[in-house]
Amino acid sequence: MSTDPMGTDPMGAHPASADSASYNLGPVDQIPFGEGRAFGVEGEQVAVFRLRDGSLRAVSAVCPHRGGPLADGTIDRLVVVCPLHQHAFELETGCSTTGAEPLRTYAVQADGEQNIILLSSQRVGNYSA
Amino acid sequence: MTSVLARPHGRHPGGAPRRRLVVVGNGMAGARAVEEILARGGAGQFSITMFGDEPYGNYNRIMLSHVLSGEESDADIFLNALSWYRENSITLHAGVRVDRIDKPTKHVFSNDGRVTPYDTLIIATGSRSHMPPMDGLYTPGGSLKHGIFGFRTIDDTRRMVQHAQQDQHRRAVVIGGGLLGLEAAYGLKSHGIEVEVVHSGGHLMNAQMGPDGGAVLRRSVEALGIGVHTSSRTTAVLGTDKVTGVSLRDRDNIACDMVVVAAGIRPNVDIAVLSGLPVERAIVVDDQLRVQDEDHIYAVGECVQHRGEVYGLVAPLWEQAVVLANHVTGADTSSVYLGSRTATKLKVAGVDVASMGLHGPELETDEHIVFSESGRGVFKSIVVRDNKMVGATLLGDSRKVAYLTQAFDRGLPLPEERIALLFDVGGPGGEAGVAELDDGAQVCNCNGVSKGALVAAVMGGCASVSGAMDATRAGKGCGSCKLLVRQVVEWAADGAVEEDPAASYYVPGIPLDKAALMAAIRAQDLRSVSQVFAALAPGSAEDAKSKMGLASLLKMMLADRYIDERDARFINDRVHANIQRDGTFSVVPQMKGGVTSVQQLRRIADVAEKHNVPLIKLTGGQRIDLLGIPKEDLPQVWADLDMPSGYAYGKSFRTVKTCVGKDFCRYGTGDSTSLGIQIESRFQGIEAPAKLKLAVSGCPRNCAESLVKDVGVVAVEGGRWEVYVGGAAGAHIRKGDLLATVDDPEEVTVLTGRFMQYYRERANWLERTYAFVPRVGIGHLRAVIVEDAEGIAAQLDAAMQASVDSYVDPWSERDDPQTPGQFRTSLPLTVLPQVPVR
Repeated sequence: MSTDPMGTDPMGAHPASADSASYNLGPVDQIPFGEGRAFGVEGEQVAVFRLRDGSLRAVSAVCPHRGGPLADGTIDRLVVVCPLHQHAFELETGCSTTGAEPLRTYAVQADGEQNIILLSSQRVGNYSA
Repeated sequence: MTSVLARPHGRHPGGAPRRRLVVVGNGMAGARAVEEILARGGAGQFSITMFGDEPYGNYNRIMLSHVLSGEESDADIFLNALSWYRENSITLHAGVRVDRIDKPTKHVFSNDGRVTPYDTLIIATGSRSHMPPMDGLYTPGGSLKHGIFGFRTIDDTRRMVQHAQQDQHRRAVVIGGGLLGLEAAYGLKSHGIEVEVVHSGGHLMNAQMGPDGGAVLRRSVEALGIGVHTSSRTTAVLGTDKVTGVSLRDRDNIACDMVVVAAGIRPNVDIAVLSGLPVERAIVVDDQLRVQDEDHIYAVGECVQHRGEVYGLVAPLWEQAVVLANHVTGADTSSVYLGSRTATKLKVAGVDVASMGLHGPELETDEHIVFSESGRGVFKSIVVRDNKMVGATLLGDSRKVAYLTQAFDRGLPLPEERIALLFDVGGPGGEAGVAELDDGAQVCNCNGVSKGALVAAVMGGCASVSGAMDATRAGKGCGSCKLLVRQVVEWAADGAVEEDPAASYYVPGIPLDKAALMAAIRAQDLRSVSQVFAALAPGSAEDAKSKMGLASLLKMMLADRYIDERDARFINDRVHANIQRDGTFSVVPQMKGGVTSVQQLRRIADVAEKHNVPLIKLTGGQRIDLLGIPKEDLPQVWADLDMPSGYAYGKSFRTVKTCVGKDFCRYGTGDSTSLGIQIESRFQGIEAPAKLKLAVSGCPRNCAESLVKDVGVVAVEGGRWEVYVGGAAGAHIRKGDLLATVDDPEEVTVLTGRFMQYYRERANWLERTYAFVPRVGIGHLRAVIVEDAEGIAAQLDAAMQASVDSYVDPWSERDDPQTPGQFRTSLPLTVLPQVPVR
């Protein structure tokens, strides 16, 4: 297991164990309440948000509209708003409320040691079509 | 062979096999026809396959001129993204051209080798640019010479933009002075290219207007800096490998680096001819839009000839699509298309143009009502026959267009005083005009929305303007019809117009206007954005789109007492820099009054060199912008600069532009430079509902453009200073109103601060001063701010002083990040559209 807190290594985090495909992205404290940070996970970029109630959400980090950095977006309990052209996406489903293509979503939670655990295998699919 | 090639037929819930509908053409006509078919339950009847020559979804071709001029991005003009095809189970073959139809076996053959069976076929192949015969258009290989462009597709447009942006390309010739040619010229002009229009007709837009209107239009076009040559035919494009110029018959050659051919369009009828369908000027269809003598083949759009007419405008296409869908689906087999009366209403090269019917009188008994004011670019001409309007041309003023279109379409009785056709002369105002409109009258020409459709949306429960716009797509194209859409909705709701309930809210997530919101914040002593949501939002729900406005308001109200939650800030305010399209940031150090020094310039140069800054740009506010800085480098860049923030990113006081003033300028009457520096030093960084740009000019020549600033100061003879407020020269242009003329620079500073504080406390979120000042009225502002009629001047001054006192240079956060990972990258790892490095 290795983590990449700066999110700059394209490979980023690797699975904590091969079959569970869960990734430890390091301490929850990296993310201030109400904000997001980007992590590289197996060559993909994931934006993880820490809501003001302390719960975590994770979606793909690149806005499908024009490539905006969603980890820099503004959030509430339900949506993230892209900083470039204000497209909004539901954090639970990845669906856009403004007509953009959907984001990929990931299951994410904090473990007992307050580390961010991202479960890649349980991503909620929006690509059924 | 059919059984081998055919895909399994889908079955709809009733069990009957779905028929195969194949659409050749994925432009506006093809996609609109499919939309109309889907709206009539077509998804249950047909499995739909579409072929499109262009490798994209479906886009609004009308808006290509906006893409060319940079007003819209190419991504913004797509009508149906690829997901739309998926959602409606349409098989789209994009980038595939159909070459031939085999009528007897009912198959189409496409250039990817595919053979596709159909039960019903729709041809919507549209048009292509017409290349008039001239020498030098093509390379020996048969392709267009490098630097020659048609203006028809999104690829044409992208290539033109790319070509125009190359530095060595400075001059363009547009062949054709019709609608498309003028749009091309205007678009290229906005890229800084010198443009000459060569038009074979005797006057511009001769298909839409007579010579008198054309002459007025010519003046308007020339005023934009576009050269116009009428009655000129281009005989050859010069240059061997690339374009070097054009030669004209009987005129001198014109040197240029690019040529745009916009000399009309020709219907794409090759497939119809090859397949043995009837083609005259275009594919011949009957009143049901069926191709003549064919039972299963329809055609629609610009590739169609109906009762001898071929249309090149969008409105007839919408009407055709409706009739076609009625027949294809069997929804209304009595539906007929009887042709369209073409009324054109558009903006050409920034000029409003409307044209319908005759351009001028043809019979001795025809009445001709003409008004011409070429200095303002306004021309109106109306032709009346037997008390009916049979033609109109309007240039530069489209206020009467809705009424006139209606009078033309329906043959309405006309007012006895004909001048009422041209102007609103008292009497019925705009609302009566809307009431006169027939239900079938088209309000939105881009999306083909009629008055009746808007009224139906209002009756169906959309009692707000934005609700009706969302429901019908009216006003979502070029937007030029928004005023009319609003008038129709207001009329339909019959006074019960629900103002958008949210329209009066300061921010969308808290149902209070500004005064009530501020009162509630004070009464409950709320000090942070999350406290405001908890106390005042429905269900205590946070709202992302309200956070930035609340953060700004609380900071303004509370100054030092504000509890600053960083997540409430927009990214620009979190990292004190302006986010760019590629996720990097722009850094603008403070340069008070636009005055700099050797030391500053040297340091900026060193920083730019050390950090490999991709673009160094002088801003309109007289500062230096370092663009393309990654977020993680911001603290180091600030440390190396060791200059304060110039606030070029916030909804806040930005900068004071100044002229050189009396010390150097031989005309200067006041020391504008030092007053500008004094104002900027005092008000640096204060938050406001929208940005504030200021200027101080040392004499009425106004070199700092004070008349078009949020606050602009002008020195006048006798040591006096004029203070203007509410000016703008961006998306909106407005000359500021004179607030006061005072004797003393100190007084200028006091009035500037007091005005800005009043604006901070009273303006709506994101309402610039150019909207705020006319809304409250300059008379009221003079009374409150200069004469202190309400007795609040001292209070305003004190509140502003508190904000000034709480100023901290945000770039000092470089040594002490406020949140974990404040400057950590959020840039995607994938390659993004990069801003080009110059």
